[in-house]
Amino acid sequence: MKFQLNGRAVDVEAAPMARLLDVLREECGLTGTKEGCGEGECGACTVLMDGEPVCSCLVPFAQARDTAVLTIEGLGGTHALQEAFALEGGAQCGICTPGMILAALRLPAKATREQVRIGLAGNLCRCTGYEAIYRAIQKVVDDGGLTLPAAARIIDGPPT
Amino acid sequence: MGVVGTSVPRKDAAEKVSGTARYVDDITFPGMLHARTVRTTIPSGRVTGVRLDFDQTGFTVVDWRDIPAAGRNIIDLIVHDQPCLVESEVRHVGEAVVLLAHDDREKLLQATVEIDYDRTEPLLDAERSDRIHKHILIEKGKLDRGFNQADLIVEGEYRTGHQEHIYIETNGCIAVPEANGGVTIYGSLQCPYYVHKALVTLLGLPRHLVRVLQTEPGGGFGGKEEYPSLIAGHAALLALKSRRPVKLVYDRGEDMWATTKRHPSVVRHRTGVKKDGRIVAMEIDVLFDGGAYVTLSPVVLSRGCIHAAGPYRCANTQIDGRAVFTNTNPNGAFRGFGAPQTQFAMELQMDRIAAALEMDPAKLRLKNVLRPGDSTATGQVLGDDCSAEIVLREAIKRSGWRRKRVALDGTDRGIGMALFYHGSGFTGAGEVRLASECAIETTDRGVRILTASAEIGQGTRTMHAQIVADAMGISYDEVDVAIPDTAIVPDSGPTVASRTCMVVGRILERCAHGLKEELRGMAPGEHHRTKGPLKVTRKYEPPPGITWDDDLYVGDAYATFSWACDVAEVALDRDTYEVKTTKMTVVHEFGRAIHPVMALGQIEGGTAQGVGYALIEHVVMKDGAMLNAQLTNYTIPTTLDTPQMDTIIVDNPYPHGPFGAKGVGEIPMDGPAPAIVNAIRHLGIDVTEVPALPEVVMRAVNAGRGRGGVA
Repeated sequence: MKFQLNGRAVDVEAAPMARLLDVLREECGLTGTKEGCGEGECGACTVLMDGEPVCSCLVPFAQARDTAVLTIEGLGGTHALQEAFALEGGAQCGICTPGMILAALRLPAKATREQVRIGLAGNLCRCTGYEAIYRAIQKVVDDGGLTLPAAARIIDGPPT
Repeated sequence: MGVVGTSVPRKDAAEKVSGTARYVDDITFPGMLHARTVRTTIPSGRVTGVRLDFDQTGFTVVDWRDIPAAGRNIIDLIVHDQPCLVESEVRHVGEAVVLLAHDDREKLLQATVEIDYDRTEPLLDAERSDRIHKHILIEKGKLDRGFNQADLIVEGEYRTGHQEHIYIETNGCIAVPEANGGVTIYGSLQCPYYVHKALVTLLGLPRHLVRVLQTEPGGGFGGKEEYPSLIAGHAALLALKSRRPVKLVYDRGEDMWATTKRHPSVVRHRTGVKKDGRIVAMEIDVLFDGGAYVTLSPVVLSRGCIHAAGPYRCANTQIDGRAVFTNTNPNGAFRGFGAPQTQFAMELQMDRIAAALEMDPAKLRLKNVLRPGDSTATGQVLGDDCSAEIVLREAIKRSGWRRKRVALDGTDRGIGMALFYHGSGFTGAGEVRLASECAIETTDRGVRILTASAEIGQGTRTMHAQIVADAMGISYDEVDVAIPDTAIVPDSGPTVASRTCMVVGRILERCAHGLKEELRGMAPGEHHRTKGPLKVTRKYEPPPGITWDDDLYVGDAYATFSWACDVAEVALDRDTYEVKTTKMTVVHEFGRAIHPVMALGQIEGGTAQGVGYALIEHVVMKDGAMLNAQLTNYTIPTTLDTPQMDTIIVDNPYPHGPFGAKGVGEIPMDGPAPAIVNAIRHLGIDVTEVPALPEVVMRAVNAGRGRGGVA
């Protein structure tokens, strides 16, 4: 199955009804996407699919065909949100962090506190009480705003 | 310039934000099998037969008969009553009977195992249980004399439910069989040496053939304190039989259904007070539902009882506590460890007393609050490290208590408070018995810390490195922290009890001083490169003057306490009876913050867990099993359920903690539930239990109407 993964065209062999989560973790070796509940409640497995956050535990791999999938590995470790999460204590145990950061990428560029609360309501964090996550996002908003990386969308037309 | 007191970058931040941190499920070994646990589905009875109705090709199957002859079928904790695998007697739903492993997960899940039982009548109601896991009696003064002095006697009964930990990473372990006959465990766990001890007993192996390493845990909150000993035992038995690495990771449903929860409680208070508000007698009865095995219930009950009289002065106090048996999953360690339950009851009782006296609840607390020189229920005389009055006054001021308490009267909004404390470290003589040990060794670039303390998100690595850097006068970047690995780190005790900073951090500070002295002015890296490695080890030493009598429950229950006051503001929807917490003002004193950002994270995160405990987290039990073992049906606070928090950290450096620090990990959990329920009481609604679900609030409103209440 052909799709775009973190900005690169890929062709991955896997069962069409396999969970996208398992394909990313096992076939593609990208273990930054985490399983928290397997039922779409916790958001730990959030990835961006054509720029929209999805719970990869609920997405059959077949639906990934010809889409752009962005995982935490696609941010390279130095994205402004990653640095802000590190600095402001947005990551404690870290298991919700990849999904939380990906969900936060899709917030309005100058998101208000209320927009952040609503936008992240599908991502559970049991460590922080969310306050440090709000502070991290606020820092990025103050420093120029949230932007969606180019790799979140199909880059040169549909991959061939 | 030092790094203690500054928010340096976390040692683990880069890996966690980039997705490269390795949690147990991210790790694989060549030839690794996946494993599954087949569990009992009845609460009480005997197993009469096990039928394996599937093609066993490629499967490894383990039951209790596979436990090595030199080993014992027990989980070695406090009392040896819990088997690793059921032999015959069934005490609760979800006990492990058969273990399966296969390299194909689909085949593993499809295998059907039928268990036949002889059922017996289960004991499910703790209040009807006469099987006592542990009894504790604390007596101070003379109760009769106290009640004789009282102008008024106020009674109350308070209840708390189970609570699920909901670490976002479920439990899991990998066991790898070693060529020497031993086994290595990689696991998501808080206490490597608990698992080590349990495996040595279970497998009958010499200590050096069992090795336990911590993988990055995705949250613990107590849920990965004692339970991983079972999982590691199961994985190890499969690995030793199959001679292959075995991964055993629970899915969310199994994790919720089969593992430990917070002890439900019923606490009864009878309090004698003078007209001016002075408390002269407290009679407190504590009941914890321990579940089917003793596990940690004796120590949970101990902490619960010691904290049961709250941060208040009373000359005549009796606390009588029991943890009892029921045919339900053993309840276990959970942030707060018994103290949230008993302080919930105490703080509700305070507001009930205030109402009976027609006195402002803050004024009643100011009248009775523990001050330096006063003594607790166990007779512990407090020093200048007692800040109960300071945090109370700060919370009153900061929250606008006096103004809001009047302004909100008669509206759909309420304001309530809770004053609370939490002992740092193990109870009583626990730390002396543990005799924790830490070490620091030189490396070619600086030093490396060796402890068994787990990083469970709270910031262990970073905080320990800060303490060592400043104590040695070297840079933070020169300090590395070893992964807890029983093959290389000494036993510095479990990662529990708000002890990792104050107790373990203090031992590390002493190691650092010792190493600095041995280096005689040379940089550790340079010394290592030119003169060879150096290693300094230190053992726990209690602060001077600590005494504790374990038989009488008298003395210094903890070396020190942290202190806090929460003020909750709530809004009631009178159509749905839903209560929403709109704001929490949270004031904490825990000595001194080593890392302010991480300390704030502990307070805010613990407060959010407390908000969930107060209002939404409801474990539904039916026939001895959790009925709602799904995140869809057991909800924890999302961004939309978590109130705005105004958090204040008050400094009062503790002379026997590292750089003045005490414990902060658990105390934030103790206060939110009573503060929120007291805010509901401010609306004229007499709720006495958590979670205060809409149904509970509605019943209380209707009961209040029946009695001519104001609601």
